[in-house]
Parts: sequence; C-alpha cells; structure tokens
Amino acid sequence: MQTSAAIALSATNIHKSFGDAHVLKGISLEAHQGDVISILGASGSGKSTFLRCINLLETPDEGEVRLAGETIEMKRARDGRLHPGNRKQVDRIRSQLGMVFQSFNLWSHMTVLQNVTEGPLRVQKRARAECIEEAEQLLTKVGLYDKRDAYPAHLSGGQQQRVAIARALAMHPKVMLFDEPTSALDPELVGEVLRVMRALAEEGRTMLVVTHEMGFARHVSNRVMFLHQGQVDAEGTPEDLFNGRCSERFQQFVSSHHSRAAN
Amino acid sequence: MTIDFEFLGDTLSKLLAAVPTTLGLFFASLLAGGLLSLVVVAMRVSRHWLPNRFARGYILVFRGSPLMIQMFLVYYGLGQFQAIRDSFAWPILRAPYACAIVSLALCTAGYTAEIIRGGLQSVPHGQIEAALACGMSRWTVLRRIIAPITLRHALPAYSTEAVLLIKSTALASLVTVWEVTGVAQQIIQRTYRTMEVFICAALIYLVLNFIVVRALGMLEKKLSPHLRDRNGAAPKKAARQVANEATVPDAHQIDS
Repeated sequence: MQTSAAIALSATNIHKSFGDAHVLKGISLEAHQGDVISILGASGSGKSTFLRCINLLETPDEGEVRLAGETIEMKRARDGRLHPGNRKQVDRIRSQLGMVFQSFNLWSHMTVLQNVTEGPLRVQKRARAECIEEAEQLLTKVGLYDKRDAYPAHLSGGQQQRVAIARALAMHPKVMLFDEPTSALDPELVGEVLRVMRALAEEGRTMLVVTHEMGFARHVSNRVMFLHQGQVDAEGTPEDLFNGRCSERFQQFVSSHHSRAAN
Repeated sequence: MTIDFEFLGDTLSKLLAAVPTTLGLFFASLLAGGLLSLVVVAMRVSRHWLPNRFARGYILVFRGSPLMIQMFLVYYGLGQFQAIRDSFAWPILRAPYACAIVSLALCTAGYTAEIIRGGLQSVPHGQIEAALACGMSRWTVLRRIIAPITLRHALPAYSTEAVLLIKSTALASLVTVWEVTGVAQQIIQRTYRTMEVFICAALIYLVLNFIVVRALGMLEKKLSPHLRDRNGAAPKKAARQVANEATVPDAHQIDS
C-alpha cells in the first residue's frame, strides 16, 4: 500500500552532534505520500532533533534531506561540517514543510487570524483577501473561528496549538512535522489537539509526528519509528510493533508508558 | 516673601519663549540618537569580534563618562584640531546648538542601544523559529517578528530614556545654547530671584515630561493589546472554560 505512493520526504543517514554528545547516529526515513509516521523514543533519544534536522532548524552534520524529489543543497565548510548551500532554497523548502511545535510558538503580538495569514502573505505573497478567506476556513476547521481576533495570550494551550496547526496548514505544506504537539498541554486539553491531527491524517496528509501519545501512534499512524540513543531501534507498522514483533526495548518503553497512563 | 505675580508671569513668558529651543534639542537628538543606536546595537549583537568590541567600547565610554564633559569635549575640544576646523563638519561643530545636539545624540545612542538589546533578548526564541520554519527570510523575520516584539518590550525603558534626555538638554546652557535652563540663569543673574525662576523652569520640564510619558504610554498601550485583559475579566479562566466545552467526546478513544 505504502510503496505505491510517491516518496514525499526522505532523510538519509542524518548525523548530529552537540559538542561531544553524538545525538543522531545515522538515521534514515522515507515517507510516502499519505504516510503518518509516529516517531517514538525516550527523552534524549534524538527524536526532536531528528525532526528539526529535516527543516534545518538544526543543521545536520551529515546526511541528506529530500522533499518531493528535491535535495536540500548542503556545503561543507572548512571545519568539515555541513552548512545550507542556498538560503533561498532552504526558505522555499521550509515553506513546504508545516511545523507544529511543543510550545506552540504563536507570534504573541498578532491576533489568531494574523498568525494564520502571516505566512501566506509574507512568504507566498498571496492576495490578502484570499489569505483571510482561507485562514477563516482553517480556523473553522480547527474550531476556533470565533477566536480569530483574540491574541494567543488569551487562549488555552489546546486552543493555541490548534491555531498553530491552522497556521501550518495555511502554507499548503507537502509534509507536516509535529514536534511533541501535546506534551505541553494539560491532560484535559490533549484530546482536542489529537482530534484535529486525526482529522488531518484521515484527509491523507503526510505527517511526521514526534509524540508520547501511544494511542495516536497505535491507532492513527500507519508507521512507527522507535529511536534509542540516536539510532533507529525498531521500525514498522503499529500492528507489528505493538503486538510484540519488535525489540525488547520497545516493549519496555511501551509498558512503561502504559503503567504511567494507568496511574 | 510675597508672591510677585507680575514677575512670575514675565519670567514664565520669557522661559516659554525658550521652549522651542529645548524641544528642538530634544527631538533632533532623539532622532539622531535613535538612528545611531540602531547602528550601535547592530554592531553590539554582531558575532564578529571587531564591531562587537567597538560597540561595547562605545557604550562604555558614552554611558560611563559625564555628559557635561562629553559636551565640553565636543564644543571646546574638537575645535582645537586644525583637521577638524578644515573639515566639512566644521560649519556644524562651530555652532553651539549643533554641538549640543551631537553630544546629546552620541550619549543617548549608548543608552538606547542597551535598551534595544534588552528588548531583543526578550524575543522568545520559539517565535523566531516558528517564523523561520514557515520559510520567512531572515530580513522578513527581523521586520515582522523580532522588531515589533523588541519595540514592545523596549518601550517602557525607552520612555525613561526620553525623560532623561529632556532633562539633559539643560546642559546645553553650558555651551551657550539659550534653552529653558540657560534663559532661567540669565534672568537670575539680573534679578537674583533664584526660587521663582527655577520653579518656573522646573514646572516647564515637568509639563514636557508629562506629555512625553503620556504619549509613549499611549503608544505602548496601543501596541500591546495582547498584554491587556479583554473586557477587564481574567482571560485565562474564561478561555479554559470555553476549551472544556469544546473538548470532543471521542478524544478519549484516540488517547486510550
């Protein structure tokens, strides 16, 4: 099923160190169109760093990222590290990768509507009326149309995250990147964000989701990648992984999450 | 001591006549100092060591030495160099009024640069990342995200700097610029009535500063609707309640 669709995004052999800490030790991933890939792992396993390497918020030391067949150009500096070769290309690729952050990162001086229209207006230079109309549709979709003139500080965490999702969608991204989108939320607010993400998955959007939500990984995503100490420890369909056909470490990880959820 | 209203009125009208000079010093040095501070702060946050050190040195010198001495050095000191007397800048540096503006601007630029730097540091890094992640160029991020947030954070401290600058214009009287304080001293030298004259002068500064503080305060309020409570109610609680109502029943299935 997956193999029939075109490859939307691929990351090959990504390495990243911070000082002496070798955080990513050669991680590769291929996302076909419509894939929803959950990236799991204990904290410090490198899953967020990997996601941030894909849109170059962190510059990988080694490796290659391709979006819809286009490779992000990298140059090797004198110290042997890679640097973005073409800033314009990086900006363009980033505009095709919607990113949702753990801490929402809405622009605090703009209203909800301005947050959603800013990218289309300033990056894609689309017509204002069209941007506003689409932003209002997206806000309706995430259930926040009536909050369009509110400022982020006046919203709950769950509402802010739904605005952040609308902001990412407004750019018509080819792939959506979610960096622990529910980790900063109160438990009672997690559901509203997951529901929106599930709706996106059902629309057939390509999504990479770094998460601790086992329910989402198991029931919504069609592939799961489990990172351990900067390496891929297990990878496969949720059926395979959650039904025990996988590494012992993954089973431990899952059972520790279940016992935590039970408390 | 009886109150001589005629003298007070006469003094006040003479001092008011000098207010345009004071305001001229203020606005000219505020504008020039503001523009210069942008250059200084750009150098100060530069990663390259040369502009960085230069800006640190600039700020150290102009914040660390008395404005009066800076003004004397500009007015009396620079004219001692033949090169400066021959240069294009001499028509400016010869005039006391221009010298006062130059030294006020140089000084306020040092302070303002540090105020702006504080504002820059208060911009949440996540908001910059969010802007980069949606593909904004660095210039667009600066213009649309960093600058507006910096401005909002720097404005309260900047209004203090504006007040200090208005009061600093009084020093221009020492290089023979006849602004409010200078005129006040002239009147005192003729009449020996220190109390009335200086109280009148102080009142004028008080009113000017009141206007400046109110104007910047209004700007601050206008720019920061996101920091104000809407409808005067506690916004967080209200938002939480709405969120609870909006929570969907099938959310638990996903979460199981």
